[in-house]
Amino acid sequence: MFGYAGRILRVDLLTGKTKVSPLSVEYAKKYIGGIGLGMRLLIDNTKPGIDPLSPENPLILTTGPFSGTMAPTGGNGHAFVAKSPLTNGVGEAKSHGFFGAELKRAGYDAVIFENKAEKPVYVWIDDDNVQLMDAKHLWGKSPKETEDAIREDLGDYYIRVASIGLAGEKLARVAAIINDTTRAAGRTGMGAVMGSKNLKAIAVRGTKDVSVAKPEEFMEFVKMMHERMKGPATVKYRTLGTPLNVLVHNSLGALPTRNFTNATFEGAEKVSGEYLNEHFVVKINGCSSCAMRCEHIAVVPEGPYKGTTTRVEYEPLWAFGPHCGVDRMDAILKAMDLCNYYGLDSLSTGNIVGFAMDCYEHGILTKEDTDGLELEFGNAEAMVELVHKIGKREGIGDILAEGVKRAAEKIGKGAEKYANHIKGLEMTGYDIRGLKTAAIGYAVSFRGADHNRHGAYGLDLKGTVDRFKVEKGRAKLVIDLENLYTIIDSLIICKFSRGTYYEGFKDLAKYYTLVTGIEMTPEELELTGERINNLGRLYNIREGFTRKDDHLPPKVMSTPIPDDTVSKGSYITQEELDLMLDDYYAARGWTKEGVPTLDKLKELGLEDLTYIVESKIQTKKRTK
Amino acid sequence: MASIHARKFVSADPDKCVGCCVCEYACSYEKEKTFNPVKSRIRVVRLDSLIDMSITCRLCENAPCVTACPRDALTQSEETGVIMVDEDKCNGCGWCIEACDYGAIMLHPDRKVVFVCDLCDGNPKCVEWCPEEALDFVTADVLAQKARISAVKKLFQEAIRPGTT
Repeated sequence: MFGYAGRILRVDLLTGKTKVSPLSVEYAKKYIGGIGLGMRLLIDNTKPGIDPLSPENPLILTTGPFSGTMAPTGGNGHAFVAKSPLTNGVGEAKSHGFFGAELKRAGYDAVIFENKAEKPVYVWIDDDNVQLMDAKHLWGKSPKETEDAIREDLGDYYIRVASIGLAGEKLARVAAIINDTTRAAGRTGMGAVMGSKNLKAIAVRGTKDVSVAKPEEFMEFVKMMHERMKGPATVKYRTLGTPLNVLVHNSLGALPTRNFTNATFEGAEKVSGEYLNEHFVVKINGCSSCAMRCEHIAVVPEGPYKGTTTRVEYEPLWAFGPHCGVDRMDAILKAMDLCNYYGLDSLSTGNIVGFAMDCYEHGILTKEDTDGLELEFGNAEAMVELVHKIGKREGIGDILAEGVKRAAEKIGKGAEKYANHIKGLEMTGYDIRGLKTAAIGYAVSFRGADHNRHGAYGLDLKGTVDRFKVEKGRAKLVIDLENLYTIIDSLIICKFSRGTYYEGFKDLAKYYTLVTGIEMTPEELELTGERINNLGRLYNIREGFTRKDDHLPPKVMSTPIPDDTVSKGSYITQEELDLMLDDYYAARGWTKEGVPTLDKLKELGLEDLTYIVESKIQTKKRTK
Repeated sequence: MASIHARKFVSADPDKCVGCCVCEYACSYEKEKTFNPVKSRIRVVRLDSLIDMSITCRLCENAPCVTACPRDALTQSEETGVIMVDEDKCNGCGWCIEACDYGAIMLHPDRKVVFVCDLCDGNPKCVEWCPEEALDFVTADVLAQKARISAVKKLFQEAIRPGTT
């Protein structure tokens, strides 16, 4: 095969046995790679109803067909897929950097980590030689320390490592898997799944060639992509970076502030991308094979957190900044750095701190609960301390490390009113009370609260649609984006490059064929996007999800935006949500309960999964 | 004419380099028709997230690699300064690798002989592909000129009116 390595590796962590099986061309074409292939392998390799933190939940690591090639942004991706300990549905998180390319060169499209090691181990993938290594000396170390130690131990400085920190070891449900020091497969608790297997790290050295099917045409295509990536579609990422969003969202009344109490932040200037770049950013890095470079590295020059060095993106900046009412950039950067240190999803962790602050402000949590931390909104030092507690699972941090949904259940006293999550996954930095097209995408996303499954906020923020209105027909717009985004995450190209595929599926289908030699029309690729979206839905249905799970965070449906801004008074009612879901399910060709029909599965070539929907559809008929 | 000062080599500006490894991919494609950094004549180093720099052969005068070779497998072109490997003589012993201060000469993973930058016959593909224009194909003289200019610019930053540079 070209592009693909053509091989799937299984590692039994209990016995240390490994097995390599071929990747079929059928699976390659139908599920592409990345999250598509990962979710299919998850369905194939699990029984319904398993505990996500049990040995029965495999941790699936995939690359994409472009990984290891020169495809700009596409050459470096990898994804983790497993049942999510946060949502009990499908969990998936992508990351970039250098790790994915190395894994492809070692010769694998996917690695399935099965069972649980008896004691802490790391897996050392040295091309064809795969072995379990003792990780006793690494236990408790940060991902960065782990990476350095493994390179030192094995004596090869080009080894790439993906690892968990203390949070993953202690099964914090918001734990991430960190690679290449600064990159994270952050969302849906993949780090906890890894920790539950006693798997500290995956170390990879790959020295094999990665070749493409049509090299000359491919290089011409890459040259064109390089030119496009120097153009207007990527300016944001190359200049201020995603933190540019802070002032944009603020001016549109779409910047969730103090745990979705407000939608504008009086301290926005001090946490803006402009301020960040002027005072803190010292270097911009690129991932392997990228022609854009976006990774803004910030250093705190003075004060109590002096010397803190971390990568910055909008989402964690928002989560620890406006969302916690904190306007001190040094503390925000420190909190982000601690997330990398403990191996936490910075987005979920910032949400949790804001949730705890909201509980504290409402007397649900007191100083006694917090070991003396005064968790008022805006208390920057207390925020930093709380991240330490979550990372170590100390005191209140032990409960909070479970994520806002479970923490609220344990705290009780009405705390669930402040737990902003969808399906158990914490919210992201878009105030969807006034972004009602994006809200559809959030409600139905198969991995829970997420802007990255659809990007429909773009339609709202750019004024393509009336963002305060709910109307029939909107769902179609969201679906088109979802299908594209799933392909992006299955090829594993970077979302930041999405604007450079001027002709959408046409560009991507051509790209795919040049790399793999597998013929693919734009229509087939779009249908593949639909197939993979349905696959995520099918997994969740198999695990017992229903229409009720397509909900929105409590504050989005209870608290109209109070600020004197364009979005004042906006929120989402149950009727509006029902209209959104009816519109979406109909446009997807699903039942009113959100179940894909047999005809739909046939159309998508997923007939072998009809067992998942049969009972749901028949039950419905019987009750009629 | 072919003095040391006229020899051009590939040099990376660490202020511009972002560590993306496009140079490695371009090199391995140009030379080996595949994508594989271990077959690239230029390699990237990143330190502590803050420093990126790609490194390749500097065409040293009295090149230590040539001197170190016990089998006379390496010679240096009088004209361009490029290190030439006689693959029949080289047995991959690695003395030259040890002698190079820059890690610029490496053992080829398949052929088991050493390989090094050959400047792509005067048109280095890494320089052509670098998306950040961080790579220059320059002589030592020009490098020094550039360094002087940027040093003076930094010293007199405030004195230089915007738009005059």
